[in-house]
Amino acid sequence: MDKERMEEYWKRNLKIIGYILVVWFLVSYVAGILIVDWLNNIQIAGAKLGFWFAQQGSIIVFIALIFIYCKIVNNLDREFDVLEE
Amino acid sequence: MSTQIWIYFFVILTFGLYIGIAVWARAGSTKDFYVASGGVHPVTNGMAIAADWMSAASFISMAGLVAFMGYGGSVFLMGWTGGFVLLATLLAPYLRKFGRYTVPDFFRTRYYSRVATAVAVLCLLIASLTYIIGQMTGVGVAFSRFLQVSNTVGILIGMIVVFFYAVWGGMKGITYTQVAQYLVMIIAYTIPAIFIAFQITGNPIPQLGLWSGYEETSAFLLEKLDSVVKGLGFNEYTTYFRLSKTNMFFYTLSLMIGTAGLPHVIMRFFTVAKVKDARLSAGWALLFIAVLYTTCPAVASMARLNLHATVNKATLQDNGDFFAPGNSLVYEDRPQWMKNWEITGLLSWEDKNNDGRIQYYNAGTSNQSILDKAAAAGWEGNELTVNRDIIVLANPEIAKLPGWVIGLVAAGGLAAALSTAAGLLLAISSAISHDLIKGMIKPDMSEKGELMAGRIAMALSVLFAAYLGLNPPDFAAGTVAIAFGLAASSLFPALMMGIFSKTMNKEGAIAGMLAGIGFTMIYVFAHKGFFFIPGTEFLGLFGGKPNFIFGIEPNAIGAVGAIINFAAAFIVKNMTQKVPDDIAEMVENIRYPKGSGEARGH
Repeated sequence: MDKERMEEYWKRNLKIIGYILVVWFLVSYVAGILIVDWLNNIQIAGAKLGFWFAQQGSIIVFIALIFIYCKIVNNLDREFDVLEE
Repeated sequence: MSTQIWIYFFVILTFGLYIGIAVWARAGSTKDFYVASGGVHPVTNGMAIAADWMSAASFISMAGLVAFMGYGGSVFLMGWTGGFVLLATLLAPYLRKFGRYTVPDFFRTRYYSRVATAVAVLCLLIASLTYIIGQMTGVGVAFSRFLQVSNTVGILIGMIVVFFYAVWGGMKGITYTQVAQYLVMIIAYTIPAIFIAFQITGNPIPQLGLWSGYEETSAFLLEKLDSVVKGLGFNEYTTYFRLSKTNMFFYTLSLMIGTAGLPHVIMRFFTVAKVKDARLSAGWALLFIAVLYTTCPAVASMARLNLHATVNKATLQDNGDFFAPGNSLVYEDRPQWMKNWEITGLLSWEDKNNDGRIQYYNAGTSNQSILDKAAAAGWEGNELTVNRDIIVLANPEIAKLPGWVIGLVAAGGLAAALSTAAGLLLAISSAISHDLIKGMIKPDMSEKGELMAGRIAMALSVLFAAYLGLNPPDFAAGTVAIAFGLAASSLFPALMMGIFSKTMNKEGAIAGMLAGIGFTMIYVFAHKGFFFIPGTEFLGLFGGKPNFIFGIEPNAIGAVGAIINFAAAFIVKNMTQKVPDDIAEMVENIRYPKGSGEARGH
């Protein structure tokens, strides 16, 4: 792989990580802590939304994030022919 | 069978199972641990990581802390799961590509220096030792209930068992034993939760029961809990912050990056077959861990409600009056579980107003109307003290579940505490004997000498941890949180910069680690005593006010330490020599998954 392709691969990889970590930050630090009191005004069947994010929602999103990351980055690896089969 | 016999039955059965698997796996394969696990499937590896990861802090202590902290306890739930996203995206695949066995190996190569390696080993030791103190606290709780002895005797017995367990050693590191341990732990944790959820909400899935209605009353579980705890002068369950938003932010961050900086977890990613398997392992590990972590909030809230329902009948009624005479539990009529835990000294009752009944409320509340009502009812202060670390183990007894469930939980709690404590002791002994003594001080040491040095290191660590476990700096999960802070402020930044910065040099990494862990240790020790030794606090040097940096508690300061680490590293890097070309090239090389080859020693 030539230098330019390698650099592009790394840039795209960093971008994917960036998106993943933005969501990671939003569901935990923002929804679960920073704006939790505001989200708690929204209640679904007795559950306060902010409390839900802090104690359950964020964990579910974390799991989804890792599997989504695996999927996207495997595709990237395949595109740049660096995936080990 | 009586409960006590069920406990013995399950403890002996599960330990027999672990030993059996260990012996069987050993006979079946002569390859050593590293090579063997090189071919382990990501799902199996994920389960083994989950068993390694879930310690006494997760199993025994966490739900109890959440039960009493309510929303504030979310820092543990988010903090101890979110770190796996960082591991999967920032560390695991690259460390796998790097292809070394241990964390000190990474430092030796990437930072081309013995000093950097020694500093990393030192940080690893400090974090692991603190971690073990937390485990010993948990071991003490489990053994004191299991053998019906005082907490002190429980810790002393636990200390001996942990030592032999670790020396015998083979149990740890064998992936299939850990798979069995994971299954025992998760069954022991979820079965009582399912029973209790069904009992009090009618929904057998704890994760959903948390949002369902409570018993005969017309309220939702959490609404009911909020009104009960508020009615007794405690803080509202679903909204009360742990100190402040800032503190919770840093607490969560500290636990997350600590997760990604703890050597015994990172190590598991060195040994999978491929880079893509390293990423996937993190996903599976989190999925398996999340079974416990999403059950925990349900266990916490239901245990808290059950505890109140046991001592005050008004809990079970709509708009019940907590202060009505006759609603408080008569001490002589107390259930068996209270008697069992009184023996351990972790639960106690003091009849302040001599009425023979248990009054359990927050006498320190600022809500005057509650204080007035309590005074009118003749209450003279809170009479019940419950150690938070007993909640999970006592939970099935509180809910009056059958004896076999209680036995199962005891077995799970012991597995969680013993496996992690033993694993940490092994990590400490190999760091001291292999990386420190053999690697740096005395390279010609014989294998026998190395083994001996490792055992002495283990014995000293377990004595130190047990001594501090008798007088712990915090509840089990709180102490473990400090260990995470120490790892977060030292190892995580150095690992991350080692991968993502081609220009980070050894001087920068060393300065960063020393600044990060140094700052964190000073802040923690100022609050909790020099190396947690009671009576050696030195808050006075900083004006005597606790949490003096932005109101952040010592358990959460690791995240600030990490920021200091990054800053110090970059400043020093820019003032010192450039990183050698071959190292820069190596960093370039680990970015591309292809051709990772087998994990290598040094």
